[in-house]
Formats: sequence, structure tokens, C-alpha cells
Amino acid sequence: MALLSKKDANLIKDPLADNNPITIQVLGICSALAITAELKASVVMAISVLFVLGVGNVVISLIRNIIPAKIRIIVQLVVVASLVIIVDQVLKAFAYELSKTLSVFVGLIITNCIIMGRFEAFALGNGPWKSFLDGIGNALGYGVILVIVGFFRELLGSGTLFGMKVLGDPVSKTGLYSIGYENNGFMIIPPAALIVVGIIIWVQRSRNRALIEEA
Amino acid sequence: MAVNTEKNSYTVIFAVLMVIVVGSLLAFVASGLKPMIDENERFEKQQNILYAMGVNENEGDGDVSFVPTTQVEDEFSQYITQQLVLEGTEAVEKENAYLINVEKALAKAKSGEKAELPLLIGEKDGEKFYIIPMYGKGLWDAIWGYMSVGENMEIKGVYFDHRGETPGLGANIKQRFFMDDFKGESIMDDNSYVGVEVAKGNNDPLNSDKEDNQVDALAGATITGNGVTAMIKESLKLYKPYLQTIRSN
Repeated sequence: MALLSKKDANLIKDPLADNNPITIQVLGICSALAITAELKASVVMAISVLFVLGVGNVVISLIRNIIPAKIRIIVQLVVVASLVIIVDQVLKAFAYELSKTLSVFVGLIITNCIIMGRFEAFALGNGPWKSFLDGIGNALGYGVILVIVGFFRELLGSGTLFGMKVLGDPVSKTGLYSIGYENNGFMIIPPAALIVVGIIIWVQRSRNRALIEEA
Repeated sequence: MAVNTEKNSYTVIFAVLMVIVVGSLLAFVASGLKPMIDENERFEKQQNILYAMGVNENEGDGDVSFVPTTQVEDEFSQYITQQLVLEGTEAVEKENAYLINVEKALAKAKSGEKAELPLLIGEKDGEKFYIIPMYGKGLWDAIWGYMSVGENMEIKGVYFDHRGETPGLGANIKQRFFMDDFKGESIMDDNSYVGVEVAKGNNDPLNSDKEDNQVDALAGATITGNGVTAMIKESLKLYKPYLQTIRSN
């Protein structure tokens, strides 16, 4: 990372592992539960949040000195909501197919606690470049977990990845299904995501004991 | 900058300015892009209608694939031979009936008011398709679609779409493995218009029984599935008077 100073690089690296928004800060759980039943949706959501958080952090950081403290949360909400609406409109005009896949996520992006959390905790107190890196880092950290959860839920729940039947056909009993394997229907309902996230948290903390909070 | 951001007057001014700036920015973007968005939506409607009558680019077991937007207008005028609006059993031709807002028309008709219910007639390989628009409610938001039936009231194809069903669960109503199941089902049971039920316990995942007025439900999407059942039923109720005249002919 010659492009970035060590401090700047850490802004991106930390949220990927030791300060992950989902597994350590336990933010953004709601969307991690809602949309990870398939891998494609996870990826789309990760990219959307990457964009909104990166740009939003910069905007908030640029106007951080003129935002009245009393209504800062409202200002943050306005910034997120307008960004998301503009993106949605532009996609509808120029990439209609993509916008249809995304439309479901628009509401979920606005209410994503990671976005408000980073605005509040970082962008309000740091310059635009640092805020941009922080936004990208946190969005990537969020995305990584989303993709992992989406991978396991789609694979175990539907036997597919990106909609492709990787384990064989469950109806005509080919591939793994010919030897008695069955899809686990439990994996496609939201509570399963909570369990997968829980396992990730467990694995992460048993590998790095410094992360374990004192009871 | 030496502004006192704590002052109430500053807060109020900031809020007012913010609303004006953001509001006009959004209005500007929305009105600037509107013609393009409208056109995209019109193409989508045409694609969906053609899809329901089996004019699409589906290949094998692949994903849903529509007629490309560049050709959709030509193909639409080629396959759709008549655009009608219904009032009871009366059918009148009307240009661009497919653009009628189905949600409002169905709601009006349901409450007993006078409404123009759109119905399209298509022709493919010498066969007639009656294409019925539908509108209903899923788990989170609206669901809608088109259903094409032949003269014998057998379903030739359906297309479903939704605004906010859960990805991977209810959103799968617009996947081929769900929509294809409707093909060949009859909307009639003896002489009553029962529609097709999205059923959980029909023990027929391959959907080989086409006489049961049922298709296999989606796991984890009970409410969306019930919504589809209700949507088909409600829409059929309104189109029944006209469909009866086709059958008796």
C-alpha cells in the first residue's frame, strides 16, 4: 500500500477484520438478515452500500463545520436519502434492468445503521479523504460478511450459487441429491443468518482473543 | 469559518436552506430523467405482456429473458392484435389500453364503480391469447402481473412482478421455476372460475398434475404465495363476465 500512509491504510484494513461493523460493532445486522438468502442480493447490497457510504462520508465530512449540532442526525438522513434517490433515478433512466434489482434495497440502505454510525462517529470529525477511506473500509467489511453469509445460506438452503445449481438438481435427484442429500430449508429463513453471523463471530474471536469483551 | 452553529436562528436557516437545495436538486433530477424513465417503463410493460403470452427469449432452463428493448415495440404491435377495455360484458377497443393503471382500474371495479378494465388479445401461431392484467398485495408491498389464457381457459403463460418482496424468498415469484408451473393449469374447475392456488401441501413439486388448479408454493414465502392466489382470484372475478362470453362462443 505505497499509495496510502500506514494510518490511512488502517482505515480500510481495520473494519475488514478487527473492527468489523457487523461482527465487532454489531451494526447493520438487520440488512444482513434480510437479504442474504441468496448470494447475488448480498453482492448487490454490498456494492450499493460501498457507493453510498463512500460518497456520503465525503459529503458529510465536507459540510461537517457548518452542520448545526442540534439537527445533525436529520442532516445525515437527508444526505443519505437524497444520494440513494438520485442513484435510483439515474439507474432507472440509464440501466433499467439493474435498477429493478436494486429497488428492493433502497429502503434498506437508508436505514442501514452502519451508514448513520460512520457519519456520526467518523465523518463529522475527520477530513474528506480520511472519511472516504473510512467509508470504503467499513462498507467492504460489511460486504465481506454479507457475501460469506449469503454464500452459506444459498449453498445450504437452495443448493445454488448465483442461481446456478452447483449441487445437482433436487427435483430430478442428480449430483449430491442422488445419494440422499437434502437442502436445509431452515437456511433460507432469516434466523439462519443470525446463526451464521454468530458462527463467524465465534470463529473470529477464538482466533483473536483480544477481541473478546470482558463480561 | 466563524459561524456560531449552536444558535437557534442558524439552525432554522440551515434547515430551510437544506430543504430548498435538496428539494430542488431532487426535483431537477427527477424531471430531467422522467422521459427516459417513462419510456423504460413502457418497454417493460410491453416485455411483460409479451412474456405472458410466451414471446420471450427464454433458453432451456435459463433465467427469465425478455424480448430486447430495441425490438419490443415492433414485436408488441406484431403479436398484440387488439387492445380492449371492458365494462361488464361490453368490450370496446381502445388505443394503448395496456398503459391503463391496473391498480386503480381494478380497485374502482371492485368497489362497484364504473371502470375501464384493460384486456389485450394477442395472436401467435394462429392461436388466440387473452391477456389479463392482475394486481394484488404480497408480504411487503404490491405484486402484479399478466396472465394469458386460451379460449378453453387454460393458462398459456404468466408473468409476475413485485415491488418489495424478500430477495431469495417472495421475490422468487418472478423466477421461471415458479412462473412456468402455471402453464397448462386451467383457471376453471367444472364451471366455476376458481383460478390457480399457490398451495403448500399439494405434494406435486414437479407440477405434473394440471387438473388440480394448484401449483407448488415457494418455501419461506407463504404470505407472498397467498398474495398471488388472492390476486389471481380477485382479478378473475372482475374479468369473469367477459371470459364467459368467450367460452360460450
